[in-house]
Amino acid sequence: MSRILVYFAHPGRRYSRANLGMADTVSHLAGVTYIDLYEHYPRHDIDIETEQDRLLEHDVIVFQFPLFWYSTPSLLKDWIDLVLEHGFAYGEGGEQLRDKALLCAITCSSSEEAYSSEGFQHYPLRTFLTPLEQTARLCQMRFLPPYVLYDSLKASEDERLGHHELGYKRLMIGLREGDFDYERAREIDILKADGLDAVLPAAEASHG
Amino acid sequence: MGDFLLLATLFLGAGVIAVPLATRLGLGSVLGYLLAGIALSPILGLLHVDVIAIQHFAEFGVVMMLFIVGLELEPRRLWEMRGRLLGLGGLQVGITAAVVIAICLSFGMPWRQGVAVGFIIALSSTAIVLQTLTERGLMNSDGGRSSFSVLLFQDIAVIFMLALFPLLSAPDLFGSTVTHGGESASGHGGGGDLTPFTGLPGWGQGLVSLAAIAIVVGIGSYLTRPLFRFIAMARLRELFTAAALMLVVGIALLMTLAGLSPALGAFLAGVVLANSEYRHELESHIDPFRGLLLGLFFITVGAAVDFQLLADQFWSTLGMTLGVIVIKALILFALSLVFRIGGSDRWLFTLGLAQAGEFGFVLLTLTVSENILPTAVSSQLLLVVALSMLLTPGLFVLYDRICVIMAKRREPAEADEIDSTADIIIAGHGRVGGIVNRMLRAYGHETTVLDYSSSQLEALRAFGFKVFFGDASRPDLLHAAGIENAKLLIVALDNRDQITELVRYVCKHHPHVHVIARATSREHVYDLYAVGCRDMIRETFDSSVRIGRSAFEALGAHAFDAEQMSRAFVQEDRKMLREMAEVYDPDIPNHKNPAFVTRAREVLARQQDELSGGGRVLGAMNDRRWSPPTPKDVRVERDQARSDPDAPD
Repeated sequence: MSRILVYFAHPGRRYSRANLGMADTVSHLAGVTYIDLYEHYPRHDIDIETEQDRLLEHDVIVFQFPLFWYSTPSLLKDWIDLVLEHGFAYGEGGEQLRDKALLCAITCSSSEEAYSSEGFQHYPLRTFLTPLEQTARLCQMRFLPPYVLYDSLKASEDERLGHHELGYKRLMIGLREGDFDYERAREIDILKADGLDAVLPAAEASHG
Repeated sequence: MGDFLLLATLFLGAGVIAVPLATRLGLGSVLGYLLAGIALSPILGLLHVDVIAIQHFAEFGVVMMLFIVGLELEPRRLWEMRGRLLGLGGLQVGITAAVVIAICLSFGMPWRQGVAVGFIIALSSTAIVLQTLTERGLMNSDGGRSSFSVLLFQDIAVIFMLALFPLLSAPDLFGSTVTHGGESASGHGGGGDLTPFTGLPGWGQGLVSLAAIAIVVGIGSYLTRPLFRFIAMARLRELFTAAALMLVVGIALLMTLAGLSPALGAFLAGVVLANSEYRHELESHIDPFRGLLLGLFFITVGAAVDFQLLADQFWSTLGMTLGVIVIKALILFALSLVFRIGGSDRWLFTLGLAQAGEFGFVLLTLTVSENILPTAVSSQLLLVVALSMLLTPGLFVLYDRICVIMAKRREPAEADEIDSTADIIIAGHGRVGGIVNRMLRAYGHETTVLDYSSSQLEALRAFGFKVFFGDASRPDLLHAAGIENAKLLIVALDNRDQITELVRYVCKHHPHVHVIARATSREHVYDLYAVGCRDMIRETFDSSVRIGRSAFEALGAHAFDAEQMSRAFVQEDRKMLREMAEVYDPDIPNHKNPAFVTRAREVLARQQDELSGGGRVLGAMNDRRWSPPTPKDVRVERDQARSDPDAPD
């Protein structure tokens, strides 16, 4: 059984529906440690020791955040800057995170089509995530295809949100139970709620 | 009584007029006092004033000065300078005396007279030199410390000279010399007939001296603290002055009784108290007396110049004076080479100590009473000593010139020597100042702390803090704590009016010091702003905001939202404070200030508006943060991108 650590970062949570819904779905799952970063560090005074200890106690690290200006919210960036220290996460003697998995669970306000060379975001979403991907690589972690909700502001209206939340839960359980197919995941760019069958066995949970 | 008032007015008036003039002309206060004395001398002559008697009284200023010098010299530092004290001081006195004796003998003077003259000339003026060094902030330079070592050695040597001089007198007068010696030994403290131990044999004298020194050290180490704590209970400022004076005068008396130099005793007491938390307090109380008495002393030196005699023997006196200065300067220069005193410090040392000193007057009086020197020689020597002292400020002006020339020649500027006092002063070590002090010290900053609570200080000293007792709202104590060289003053006193006054004083007289002031209320912020402070912190504001934030959290707000709400509140409050500060007038009560009333109404109306609108202003400030684009925004952007593929992002 893998232990999962979810870092949730959203400064404007009063506007959030998708992210709060996702949080509610997985935060109480057994084997999942759920950290609301803005709740823990409202003044950005991140406790490096605590965070590194937390990382050591888990196998799968999840960053759950809304995409802000093609990047993470500032506190999550602070967290990365401070916690992934030289000698701990990378560099000489920095192998503490080796073989752990990093999953990004991202909400975007733009549509899927926007993230292409023809769309108005001009680049595929994975291009914007290369800094995170390379961060994971430098830390010898496995970077999993991100679990993405597009058009997130309208997701609750057309019932995609509930579907996305359940998928999120299924993904967490699959990762926890070791059912996640890491090999096949390497060939996939983006994970969406309706594409989870590619990496997870068709389980009861997915139909619940 | 009339006489006293007349004399006091004359002396004070002359000083008050002459000193600022001399300082304005860059000549220093010492020359100002000397000139005042010269100007006064005809009037004093008409009034038949005994200038020498006044001088003996004023010499007590030297005792006080050495006490203060001792206060600033921790025992550890005194021990560190023992090499210079004995080596430099001993060689200076020894070589100068030997050279002068040789010259006297070559002029056919009897050897007894030559020895006396040699010793008199070897001494320099502690009063003038220390005063000038302190005034110019040179005490902590290498040259200043070397000069001080020599002066201190001379002060000790005088004791032996006073004991030695009676032995130089003609044998038929020998019987009466011992009592005279005792009387003159007290020259620096007044009161000549208080020497009950002079009849003792040599070893007995030694024992008495040792006992006296032990008593001084004992008083300094064990008695002052309980005494001052006892006095602190009365909370009366003048009692401290009385106690400080009592301490110095009492020690002088004790030393005089034991036949020792009162100046030396006071110095010793000062050194013992240098580590005490009452150091700055003592200094600030004694300092005005020291200044006045030394001023009086310099005036009497000026007034004692016998112009009739000077006119009669002008050229020979001037020649002898210049000769004395040149010989002393040459020897000092040679010593500075041997002891590796370099740069401008060498010139400070060479020129600063080249005069003869006030101890010379004491010894000269003794030479007459002991029949060592003929009166004619003694009188002329008196003129030489006085004239060399008169020329000393000129020597310091010469030193300045040399410094300017050297500075021009030197390409890269040498770093200033770091003064031993801390450049952060914290006034008040209570609930506010204490935390600030701990914070600064936690990151390695040296602080000087002033507080008025005796029990608090004791606890702090137990933990090894550098804290001093005293009322920080007094300018002289600030001065003693080193405000001239401070970078930062943190005013954390409890009393609102004291804070304002202190800030007003420092902002006006020491504008280079950054002042951070504790403000007790909103109105106090306006007051502090009005007196020139630009960095004031409301003492309970930040903690109140945190209490408010905790309340939000307790009511269920997310920690980050509570943080944002309190930040918005702080911003709005600061804005309001600035708006009100603009119209605040410290001289008019707020309700009688029309501009303040109008502005207050506007601000209140805005707040009312805000309340009825469900916290619109504060809310709007927070609402725009991290608000997502609306679906409409997204759609518009997308449409634009479709219709114009080359549009920039």
